[in-house]
Amino acid sequence: MSANHDHTAGDHHEIEMPHASMRDYMIGFILSVILTAIPFWMVMTMPLSAPVTAAIIMGFAVVQIVVHMIFFLHMTPKAEGGWSLTSLVFTIIVVGIMLAGSLWVMHHLNTNMMPMPHDMNQLP
Amino acid sequence: MSTTTLAPAAAPEELRFYDLEEQAHPEGHSTMLGFWIYLMSDCLIFAILFACYAVLGGNYAAGPAPKDLFELPLVALNTAMLLFSSITYGFAVLQMQQGKVRGTQLWLAITGLFGLAFLGIELYEFHHFIEIGATPQRSAFLSAFFTLVGTHGLHVTFGTVWLVTLMVQLGKHGLIAANKRRVMCLSMFWHFLDVVWIGVFTIVYLMGMLR
Repeated sequence: MSANHDHTAGDHHEIEMPHASMRDYMIGFILSVILTAIPFWMVMTMPLSAPVTAAIIMGFAVVQIVVHMIFFLHMTPKAEGGWSLTSLVFTIIVVGIMLAGSLWVMHHLNTNMMPMPHDMNQLP
Repeated sequence: MSTTTLAPAAAPEELRFYDLEEQAHPEGHSTMLGFWIYLMSDCLIFAILFACYAVLGGNYAAGPAPKDLFELPLVALNTAMLLFSSITYGFAVLQMQQGKVRGTQLWLAITGLFGLAFLGIELYEFHHFIEIGATPQRSAFLSAFFTLVGTHGLHVTFGTVWLVTLMVQLGKHGLIAANKRRVMCLSMFWHFLDVVWIGVFTIVYLMGMLR
Protein backbone atom coordinates (compact mmCIF):
# COMPACT_ATOMS: atom_id res chain seq x y z
CA MET A 1 0.00 0.00 0.00
CA SER A 2 2.98 2.29 0.42
CA ALA A 3 3.57 2.50 -3.32
CA ASN A 4 0.20 4.23 -3.72
CA HIS A 5 1.49 7.78 -3.52
CA ASP A 6 4.90 7.50 -5.04
CA HIS A 7 5.34 10.84 -6.72
CA THR A 8 9.03 11.19 -6.05
CA ALA A 9 10.12 9.63 -9.31
CA GLY A 10 9.87 11.53 -12.56
CA ASP A 11 6.97 9.45 -13.85
CA HIS A 12 4.23 12.07 -13.76
CA HIS A 13 2.43 10.38 -16.62
CA GLU A 14 2.01 7.13 -14.73
CA ILE A 15 -1.54 6.83 -13.41
CA GLU A 16 -2.09 6.18 -9.76
CA MET A 17 -3.18 2.60 -9.37
CA PRO A 18 -3.79 0.52 -6.29
CA HIS A 19 -0.93 -1.81 -5.64
CA ALA A 20 -1.97 -5.43 -5.29
CA SER A 21 0.05 -8.13 -3.61
CA MET A 22 -0.06 -11.92 -3.56
CA ARG A 23 -0.48 -11.81 0.22
CA ASP A 24 -3.62 -9.66 -0.01
CA TYR A 25 -5.22 -11.90 -2.62
CA MET A 26 -4.46 -15.10 -0.73
CA ILE A 27 -5.78 -13.72 2.57
CA GLY A 28 -8.91 -12.49 0.78
CA PHE A 29 -9.43 -15.81 -0.98
CA ILE A 30 -8.99 -18.00 2.11
CA LEU A 31 -11.26 -15.77 4.20
CA SER A 32 -13.87 -15.81 1.41
CA VAL A 33 -13.81 -19.61 1.18
CA ILE A 34 -14.34 -19.90 4.95
CA LEU A 35 -17.02 -17.19 5.01
CA THR A 36 -18.86 -18.90 2.12
CA ALA A 37 -18.51 -22.50 3.32
CA ILE A 38 -19.90 -21.90 6.82
CA PRO A 39 -23.25 -20.35 5.72
CA PHE A 40 -23.79 -23.10 3.13
CA TRP A 41 -23.00 -25.77 5.70
CA MET A 42 -25.34 -24.12 8.22
CA VAL A 43 -28.26 -24.05 5.81
CA MET A 44 -27.62 -27.55 4.44
CA THR A 45 -27.38 -29.28 7.83
CA MET A 46 -29.46 -26.85 9.97
CA PRO A 47 -27.81 -27.25 13.37
CA LEU A 48 -29.70 -24.16 14.62
CA SER A 49 -33.22 -22.81 14.25
CA ALA A 50 -34.14 -20.90 11.10
CA PRO A 51 -34.23 -17.34 12.53
CA VAL A 52 -30.85 -17.77 14.24
CA THR A 53 -29.34 -19.24 11.06
CA ALA A 54 -30.75 -16.35 9.02
CA ALA A 55 -29.19 -13.77 11.33
CA ILE A 56 -25.82 -15.55 11.28
CA ILE A 57 -25.63 -15.96 7.49
CA MET A 58 -26.54 -12.29 7.02
CA GLY A 59 -23.66 -11.43 9.36
CA PHE A 60 -21.30 -13.65 7.36
CA ALA A 61 -22.39 -11.98 4.11
CA VAL A 62 -21.66 -8.50 5.48
CA VAL A 63 -18.22 -9.61 6.72
CA GLN A 64 -17.42 -11.24 3.37
CA ILE A 65 -18.42 -8.10 1.47
CA VAL A 66 -16.01 -6.09 3.64
CA VAL A 67 -13.28 -8.70 3.04
CA HIS A 68 -13.80 -8.41 -0.74
CA MET A 69 -13.72 -4.62 -0.54
CA ILE A 70 -10.42 -4.58 1.31
CA PHE A 71 -8.49 -7.47 -0.25
CA PHE A 72 -9.89 -7.66 -3.81
CA LEU A 73 -11.06 -4.11 -4.54
CA HIS A 74 -8.13 -2.59 -2.59
CA MET A 75 -10.34 -0.08 -0.84
CA THR A 76 -8.49 2.18 1.55
CA PRO A 77 -9.73 5.39 3.13
CA LYS A 78 -7.07 7.25 1.16
CA ALA A 79 -7.79 5.78 -2.30
CA GLU A 80 -8.40 8.56 -4.88
CA GLY A 81 -7.94 11.21 -2.21
CA GLY A 82 -10.82 9.79 -0.18
CA TRP A 83 -13.42 10.17 -2.93
CA SER A 84 -13.84 6.41 -3.40
CA LEU A 85 -14.80 6.02 0.22
CA THR A 86 -17.04 9.10 0.13
CA SER A 87 -19.01 7.75 -2.83
CA LEU A 88 -19.18 4.32 -1.18
CA VAL A 89 -20.57 5.76 2.04
CA PHE A 90 -23.12 7.79 0.07
CA THR A 91 -24.19 4.67 -1.84
CA ILE A 92 -24.52 2.64 1.35
CA ILE A 93 -26.72 5.34 2.89
CA VAL A 94 -28.98 5.51 -0.19
CA VAL A 95 -29.17 1.71 -0.45
CA GLY A 96 -29.95 1.46 3.26
CA ILE A 97 -32.77 4.00 3.06
CA MET A 98 -34.18 2.32 -0.04
CA LEU A 99 -34.06 -1.24 1.29
CA ALA A 100 -35.33 -0.41 4.77
CA GLY A 101 -38.01 1.90 3.38
CA SER A 102 -39.26 -0.59 0.80
CA LEU A 103 -39.47 -3.43 3.29
CA TRP A 104 -41.14 -1.26 5.91
CA VAL A 105 -43.77 0.23 3.63
CA MET A 106 -44.52 -3.00 1.79
CA HIS A 107 -44.75 -4.99 5.01
CA HIS A 108 -47.42 -2.62 6.30
CA LEU A 109 -49.21 -2.81 3.00
CA ASN A 110 -49.19 -6.61 3.16
CA THR A 111 -50.46 -6.79 6.74
CA ASN A 112 -53.27 -4.35 5.95
CA MET A 113 -54.43 -6.31 2.91
CA MET A 114 -57.73 -8.13 3.04
CA PRO A 115 -57.18 -11.87 3.24
CA MET A 116 -57.84 -13.49 -0.11
CA PRO A 117 -58.26 -17.13 -1.07
CA HIS A 118 -55.85 -18.34 -3.71
CA ASP A 119 -58.74 -19.53 -5.83
CA MET A 120 -60.76 -16.51 -6.88
CA ASN A 121 -63.83 -18.68 -7.65
CA GLN A 122 -64.33 -19.26 -3.95
CA LEU A 123 -65.18 -15.59 -3.44
CA PRO A 124 -68.86 -15.09 -2.64
CA MET B 1 -21.40 70.21 -10.33
CA SER B 2 -20.25 66.67 -10.10
CA THR B 3 -19.73 63.99 -12.65
CA THR B 4 -20.03 60.32 -12.09
CA THR B 5 -17.90 57.90 -13.86
CA LEU B 6 -18.46 54.25 -14.31
CA ALA B 7 -14.80 53.50 -14.39
CA PRO B 8 -13.47 52.16 -11.11
CA ALA B 9 -11.21 54.53 -9.29
CA ALA B 10 -8.19 52.41 -8.82
CA ALA B 11 -8.50 49.02 -10.42
CA PRO B 12 -6.53 48.79 -13.59
CA GLU B 13 -6.59 45.04 -13.36
CA GLU B 14 -8.87 43.46 -15.90
CA LEU B 15 -11.71 41.32 -14.57
CA ARG B 16 -11.38 37.69 -15.61
CA PHE B 17 -14.12 35.17 -15.48
CA TYR B 18 -12.27 32.26 -16.99
CA ASP B 19 -9.46 30.23 -15.59
CA LEU B 20 -6.95 30.53 -18.36
CA GLU B 21 -4.12 28.80 -16.67
CA GLU B 22 -3.41 25.40 -18.10
CA GLN B 23 -3.53 22.61 -15.60
CA ALA B 24 -2.02 19.22 -15.99
CA HIS B 25 -4.58 16.56 -16.90
CA PRO B 26 -2.70 13.37 -17.57
CA GLU B 27 -4.75 11.06 -19.72
CA GLY B 28 -6.93 8.73 -17.71
CA HIS B 29 -5.99 10.13 -14.32
CA SER B 30 -9.63 10.19 -13.24
CA THR B 31 -10.71 6.98 -14.97
CA MET B 32 -10.42 4.83 -11.87
CA LEU B 33 -12.58 7.15 -9.77
CA GLY B 34 -15.07 7.55 -12.60
CA PHE B 35 -15.33 3.81 -12.98
CA TRP B 36 -15.80 3.41 -9.25
CA ILE B 37 -18.70 5.87 -9.37
CA TYR B 38 -20.19 3.87 -12.25
CA LEU B 39 -19.94 0.75 -10.06
CA MET B 40 -21.72 2.58 -7.26
CA SER B 41 -24.56 3.44 -9.65
CA ASP B 42 -24.66 -0.21 -10.69
CA CYS B 43 -24.87 -1.00 -7.00
CA LEU B 44 -28.09 1.07 -6.86
CA ILE B 45 -29.59 -0.99 -9.72
CA PHE B 46 -28.90 -4.18 -7.80
CA ALA B 47 -30.20 -2.61 -4.58
CA ILE B 48 -33.53 -1.89 -6.30
CA LEU B 49 -33.71 -5.46 -7.60
CA PHE B 50 -32.84 -6.80 -4.14
CA ALA B 51 -35.56 -4.61 -2.58
CA CYS B 52 -37.99 -5.91 -5.20
CA TYR B 53 -37.05 -9.50 -4.40
CA ALA B 54 -37.26 -8.90 -0.66
CA VAL B 55 -40.78 -7.50 -1.04
CA LEU B 56 -42.14 -9.98 -3.62
CA GLY B 57 -40.07 -13.05 -2.72
CA GLY B 58 -42.84 -14.54 -0.58
CA ASN B 59 -45.61 -14.29 -3.17
CA TYR B 60 -45.66 -17.74 -4.74
CA ALA B 61 -49.20 -17.55 -6.20
CA ALA B 62 -49.64 -21.20 -5.14
CA GLY B 63 -46.65 -22.00 -7.34
CA PRO B 64 -43.26 -23.47 -6.45
CA ALA B 65 -41.43 -22.06 -3.43
CA PRO B 66 -37.64 -21.70 -3.12
CA LYS B 67 -37.50 -25.00 -1.23
CA ASP B 68 -39.07 -26.83 -4.17
CA LEU B 69 -36.68 -25.32 -6.70
CA PHE B 70 -33.22 -24.50 -5.39
CA GLU B 71 -30.48 -27.09 -5.22
CA LEU B 72 -27.83 -25.83 -2.82
CA PRO B 73 -24.95 -28.04 -4.06
CA LEU B 74 -25.38 -26.51 -7.53
CA VAL B 75 -25.41 -22.99 -6.03
CA ALA B 76 -22.32 -23.81 -3.98
CA LEU B 77 -20.56 -24.98 -7.16
CA ASN B 78 -21.59 -21.75 -8.90
CA THR B 79 -20.31 -19.68 -5.99
CA ALA B 80 -17.00 -21.56 -6.11
CA MET B 81 -16.67 -20.82 -9.85
CA LEU B 82 -17.08 -17.10 -9.27
CA LEU B 83 -14.73 -17.08 -6.28
CA PHE B 84 -12.07 -18.95 -8.27
CA SER B 85 -12.47 -16.47 -11.12
CA SER B 86 -11.93 -13.65 -8.62
CA ILE B 87 -8.61 -15.04 -7.38
CA THR B 88 -7.40 -15.89 -10.91
CA TYR B 89 -8.16 -12.30 -11.93
CA GLY B 90 -6.04 -11.26 -8.98
CA PHE B 91 -3.19 -13.38 -10.39
CA ALA B 92 -3.62 -11.62 -13.76
CA VAL B 93 -3.22 -8.25 -12.02
CA LEU B 94 -0.08 -9.51 -10.25
CA GLN B 95 1.37 -10.69 -13.58
CA MET B 96 0.58 -7.28 -15.07
CA GLN B 97 2.40 -5.53 -12.21
CA GLN B 98 5.46 -7.62 -13.06
CA GLY B 99 5.13 -6.56 -16.69
CA LYS B 100 4.39 -10.01 -18.10
CA VAL B 101 1.98 -9.82 -21.03
CA ARG B 102 1.70 -13.56 -21.66
CA GLY B 103 1.11 -14.34 -17.99
CA THR B 104 -1.58 -11.65 -17.77
CA GLN B 105 -3.32 -13.04 -20.84
CA LEU B 106 -3.11 -16.59 -19.54
CA TRP B 107 -4.71 -15.74 -16.18
CA LEU B 108 -7.33 -13.60 -17.91
CA ALA B 109 -8.16 -16.61 -20.10
CA ILE B 110 -8.49 -18.86 -17.03
CA THR B 111 -10.72 -16.21 -15.40
CA GLY B 112 -12.85 -16.20 -18.53
CA LEU B 113 -13.22 -19.99 -18.40
CA PHE B 114 -14.42 -19.83 -14.79
CA GLY B 115 -16.82 -17.06 -15.82
CA LEU B 116 -18.17 -19.22 -18.62
CA ALA B 117 -18.53 -22.17 -16.24
CA PHE B 118 -20.55 -19.92 -13.92
CA LEU B 119 -22.78 -18.81 -16.77
CA GLY B 120 -23.17 -22.40 -18.00
CA ILE B 121 -24.34 -23.61 -14.57
CA GLU B 122 -26.69 -20.65 -14.22
CA LEU B 123 -28.20 -21.23 -17.67
CA TYR B 124 -28.63 -24.93 -16.85
CA GLU B 125 -30.45 -23.95 -13.66
CA PHE B 126 -32.71 -21.45 -15.48
CA HIS B 127 -33.43 -23.99 -18.21
CA HIS B 128 -34.34 -26.61 -15.62
CA PHE B 129 -36.69 -24.17 -13.83
CA ILE B 130 -38.43 -23.17 -17.03
CA GLU B 131 -38.75 -26.81 -18.10
CA ILE B 132 -40.63 -27.74 -14.94
CA GLY B 133 -42.95 -24.74 -15.33
CA ALA B 134 -41.24 -22.31 -12.95
CA THR B 135 -41.11 -19.54 -15.55
CA PRO B 136 -40.83 -15.82 -14.74
CA GLN B 137 -44.56 -15.51 -15.52
CA ARG B 138 -45.52 -18.08 -12.87
CA SER B 139 -45.40 -15.90 -9.74
CA ALA B 140 -44.11 -12.62 -8.36
CA PHE B 141 -41.39 -14.56 -6.56
CA LEU B 142 -40.15 -16.07 -9.81
CA SER B 143 -40.35 -12.75 -11.69
CA ALA B 144 -38.22 -11.09 -9.03
CA PHE B 145 -35.86 -14.07 -8.92
CA PHE B 146 -35.24 -14.18 -12.67
CA THR B 147 -34.82 -10.40 -12.88
CA LEU B 148 -32.29 -10.21 -10.04
CA VAL B 149 -30.24 -13.30 -10.86
CA GLY B 150 -30.58 -12.69 -14.61
CA THR B 151 -29.27 -9.13 -14.30
CA HIS B 152 -26.25 -10.43 -12.43
CA GLY B 153 -25.76 -13.09 -15.11
CA LEU B 154 -25.95 -10.43 -17.83
CA HIS B 155 -23.26 -8.45 -16.03
CA VAL B 156 -21.04 -11.53 -15.95
CA THR B 157 -21.73 -12.07 -19.67
CA PHE B 158 -20.65 -8.55 -20.54
CA GLY B 159 -17.67 -8.88 -18.22
CA THR B 160 -16.62 -11.96 -20.19
CA VAL B 161 -16.97 -10.08 -23.49
CA TRP B 162 -14.80 -7.29 -22.05
CA LEU B 163 -12.30 -9.91 -20.88
CA VAL B 164 -11.91 -11.29 -24.41
CA THR B 165 -11.60 -7.76 -25.83
CA LEU B 166 -8.91 -6.96 -23.30
CA MET B 167 -6.95 -10.10 -24.16
CA VAL B 168 -6.97 -9.08 -27.84
CA GLN B 169 -5.88 -5.54 -26.94
CA LEU B 170 -3.08 -6.89 -24.75
CA GLY B 171 -1.95 -9.11 -27.62
CA LYS B 172 -1.93 -6.16 -30.02
CA HIS B 173 -0.46 -3.35 -27.92
CA GLY B 174 1.12 -5.04 -24.92
CA LEU B 175 1.14 -3.53 -21.46
CA ILE B 176 0.81 0.14 -22.38
CA ALA B 177 -0.57 2.59 -19.81
CA ALA B 178 -4.06 2.51 -21.35
CA ASN B 179 -4.20 -1.28 -21.22
CA LYS B 180 -3.03 -1.33 -17.61
CA ARG B 181 -5.85 1.06 -16.77
CA ARG B 182 -8.32 -1.20 -18.55
CA VAL B 183 -7.07 -4.26 -16.67
CA MET B 184 -7.58 -2.41 -13.38
CA CYS B 185 -11.07 -1.22 -14.37
CA LEU B 186 -12.17 -4.73 -15.34
CA SER B 187 -10.61 -5.97 -12.10
CA MET B 188 -12.91 -3.65 -10.17
CA PHE B 189 -15.90 -4.72 -12.28
CA TRP B 190 -15.16 -8.43 -11.87
CA HIS B 191 -14.63 -8.27 -8.09
CA PHE B 192 -17.72 -6.07 -7.79
CA LEU B 193 -19.79 -8.80 -9.47
CA ASP B 194 -18.46 -11.27 -6.92
CA VAL B 195 -19.55 -8.89 -4.15
CA VAL B 196 -23.05 -8.74 -5.63
CA TRP B 197 -23.09 -12.55 -5.85
CA ILE B 198 -22.46 -12.73 -2.08
CA GLY B 199 -25.74 -10.86 -1.67
CA VAL B 200 -27.48 -13.11 -4.20
CA PHE B 201 -26.48 -16.45 -2.71
CA THR B 202 -27.18 -15.25 0.83
CA ILE B 203 -30.49 -13.48 0.34
CA VAL B 204 -31.97 -15.43 -2.58
CA TYR B 205 -30.69 -18.97 -2.18
CA LEU B 206 -29.75 -19.48 1.47
CA MET B 207 -32.53 -17.32 2.96
CA GLY B 208 -34.92 -18.85 0.43
CA MET B 209 -34.21 -22.30 1.81
CA LEU B 210 -34.93 -21.01 5.32
CA ARG B 211 -38.32 -19.58 4.46
